[in-house]
Amino acid sequence: MTTTDAGATTDIGLLAHLYRRAGFGATREQLEELSHQSYDDTVEFLLNPTPEVDLPPDVLARYFGGESPNSYVSIWIYRMLNSRCQLQEKMALFWHHVFATGLIKNEHVLSSSNQIDMFRRNGMSNLKDILLELSRDPAMLFWLDNNENHNGEPNENYGRELLELFSMGVGNYSELDIKEASRAFTGWTFGQPPPLYPHGYYPAQFKFDADDHDFGEKTFLGQTGNLDGSDIVDIIVKQPASAKFITRHLYNFFVADEPQVPTWNDLEPLDPQLIDEMSSALLDSGGEMKAALRVMFLSDSFKAARFKKVKSPLEFVVGVLKMVGEFTELRPGLEDYATASDAMGQRILDPPTVEGWHTGKEWIDGGNLTERVNFAAEQIGDGDSPGISALITRMIDGGAMSSPEALVDSGLDVMGQLEVDDSTRDALVKFAGDSEGDPEPSRAVRILRLIAAAPEFQFA
Amino acid sequence: MVTATKKDPVLVVVQLTGGNDFMNTLIPYTSGLYHDSRPTVGISEDRVLKMNGELGFHPDAGPLKEMFDEGDVAIIQGIGYENSNRSHFRAMDIMHTAEPLTIVTEGWLALAIRELDPAGKNVLTGVSFGRGLPRAMVAAGVRVTSVGDLDGYGLMTSVEAQEQRADELDVFRRMYTPMMDTTPALSYLQQTGDDVLAGIDQLQTVPGNYTSTVEYADNPIAKSLRDVARTHISGLGTKIFYTQHGGYDHHAVELVNHERLLTELTGALRDFMADLREHHASEEVIIYVFTEFGRRVQDNGSGTDHGSGGGAFIIGDRVEGGLYAEYPSLDPTTFANGEDLAHTIDFRSIYATLLEQWLGVESKEIVRGVYEQIQPFRAA
Repeated sequence: MTTTDAGATTDIGLLAHLYRRAGFGATREQLEELSHQSYDDTVEFLLNPTPEVDLPPDVLARYFGGESPNSYVSIWIYRMLNSRCQLQEKMALFWHHVFATGLIKNEHVLSSSNQIDMFRRNGMSNLKDILLELSRDPAMLFWLDNNENHNGEPNENYGRELLELFSMGVGNYSELDIKEASRAFTGWTFGQPPPLYPHGYYPAQFKFDADDHDFGEKTFLGQTGNLDGSDIVDIIVKQPASAKFITRHLYNFFVADEPQVPTWNDLEPLDPQLIDEMSSALLDSGGEMKAALRVMFLSDSFKAARFKKVKSPLEFVVGVLKMVGEFTELRPGLEDYATASDAMGQRILDPPTVEGWHTGKEWIDGGNLTERVNFAAEQIGDGDSPGISALITRMIDGGAMSSPEALVDSGLDVMGQLEVDDSTRDALVKFAGDSEGDPEPSRAVRILRLIAAAPEFQFA
Repeated sequence: MVTATKKDPVLVVVQLTGGNDFMNTLIPYTSGLYHDSRPTVGISEDRVLKMNGELGFHPDAGPLKEMFDEGDVAIIQGIGYENSNRSHFRAMDIMHTAEPLTIVTEGWLALAIRELDPAGKNVLTGVSFGRGLPRAMVAAGVRVTSVGDLDGYGLMTSVEAQEQRADELDVFRRMYTPMMDTTPALSYLQQTGDDVLAGIDQLQTVPGNYTSTVEYADNPIAKSLRDVARTHISGLGTKIFYTQHGGYDHHAVELVNHERLLTELTGALRDFMADLREHHASEEVIIYVFTEFGRRVQDNGSGTDHGSGGGAFIIGDRVEGGLYAEYPSLDPTTFANGEDLAHTIDFRSIYATLLEQWLGVESKEIVRGVYEQIQPFRAA
């Protein structure tokens, strides 16, 4: 059951798909408003949003502040729910997945949260700037031991992962390149923040220690000179292998689930043509992330990839909260949701290893599926919440009660035009038939709750 | 006299989260250094429950002492590993994965479950009680069950009306019936949901099948251990249970908090064993109690900071009670980092012991090496 809207030019289902991927979902009202402009214009808006002024950090800190990881995650979820710059928040999460830095080792929340703020600030800029800032980020430097990377005694941890996991992927460089890159990053360290007592929390700051830097000649990927870390980054971003690796990450995060990263050197991309086009856009623009993102979101393959990805736990939680319509304004209580994704296997700020979270169906096991289903059923089953009560009204007004089939199709429609297997639809229709005679709002909310429990709802 | 059918061995793991203060659990009460180092949190000699001329239990660990006196508790003194990590998260991770040097994701108990049930026939071979699965129980392809609250366990738990919930679970069951002719990802999801239902169907029979004269106290660890007892007694084939008792990070006001925690823990352990015995279900069970690290020798004026050289306990009817490994040296020149108790036995020795001698699982791959084992079990 699709609502008709005379001025609409863009398909609501496609926009819902775009906002699930390029953001954290959108309300039906937002989607209807967007349907009056072209899809390409909406993509451009996501790539170049008007600057966000409604979410001043000091105000957010006043509501959710504190030095715990949960405080920061609350603020971040609030942004995901309310920021107009949806893609900016999604790209911050993207880089958090790729440049996985764990609080498990750092135990310094402010450094970890500053890293996310950095991803938000520069995550849609140039790959060169992104890798350079990453290489100067205290949380990353500590996580991968670059503070132990000394002139004459190189520690290869950062140099290796920069190439293997953050830019090029295995098979595109030699062990010698790792050693030379590591030498180039010697002396890239951070100053200790002042002690907590009595000074309070301060972030660590990047520091270049010239005395500890190896100024000798190095050869990296065929280029020789007195290379330092920024030269290494310059060389990396010009490599076709880097463009391919980064765009494949984009594809895996935004389009469809690829096999896990360690297989990428052996397995071709699912969509080699799109990866080629995105890589060319990235290389030809000198590393502009927006160029690759634009090609991706405008591609037919992206548009056809509805429900081809298992939602990450955080996407799942935030998507449900957005549907429920709570926390559209600042109020306490969001902290209760900061750890909701933990029990589903994703502790924000604390990916399990430098490889990041394993995605796709590896997100799902019995325990966290139970958590997901119960979380969604409880939230979506609250017919009094602003978001769900609006959906119920829309369903009833749109004729959902005319038949069991109409009720189910209406529910699937308002839940983002969810596409389901025939077996799921049959089960829902049977239930809708059995519930005939019950009060209309109750029938509607129970159908929504069951759709939220369906296996297909786990997909974005 | 009939020969009883041999029951499969069961391991119950109790994780004390936060870093239990071993030095204040099994107290070297004659040591001048102990009393000098702990002007605030030290326990005076007259309050210690003496075990021998040197060591005694914390005054609130009475039930543990009773079980020890009955010969059912093996105390592993000075458990740890080289360069003990003082980060809670990392240290606990090391305990979960049996790998101190690099970050890995497969848990030691999950790997044991894979050996015990290679085809993954029983989704209840491994069951964790408490919120979220500990990494110890996680490995790719290993199906385990995670239960928050046994009495409220299930799907669609927010639906309060029983009849409504039953109807909706029926829809859930239909939606998650595994289909062959769909995408691999959807098919996997359906299978997983189907497994969850299978586990729920079995676990929901547990509360109704159980009666006991043992009255557990009202606290989280007692509740979890009661859930373990009820599930074990129901005979659903669970071989590894996991529970957690939190709050051991006593940087501050240690005296009060540690008293409460040890009262809760040791009482729950005693009641759990009594419950199993009442149901003739104790011979096949042992409990392994561990924590991520010990605490600093010197107190900080209120509590103790993170240290090393902790202690672990193996409890059960088949346990050869006594002291294992050496109590960490109280000579300051031997201290790790100049301030921590140095460990005297590697935690992987204990894992190897539990895996090989109790569960009958080869340990070398799981603990990534060969470690000398202790001999804490009596013949059946």
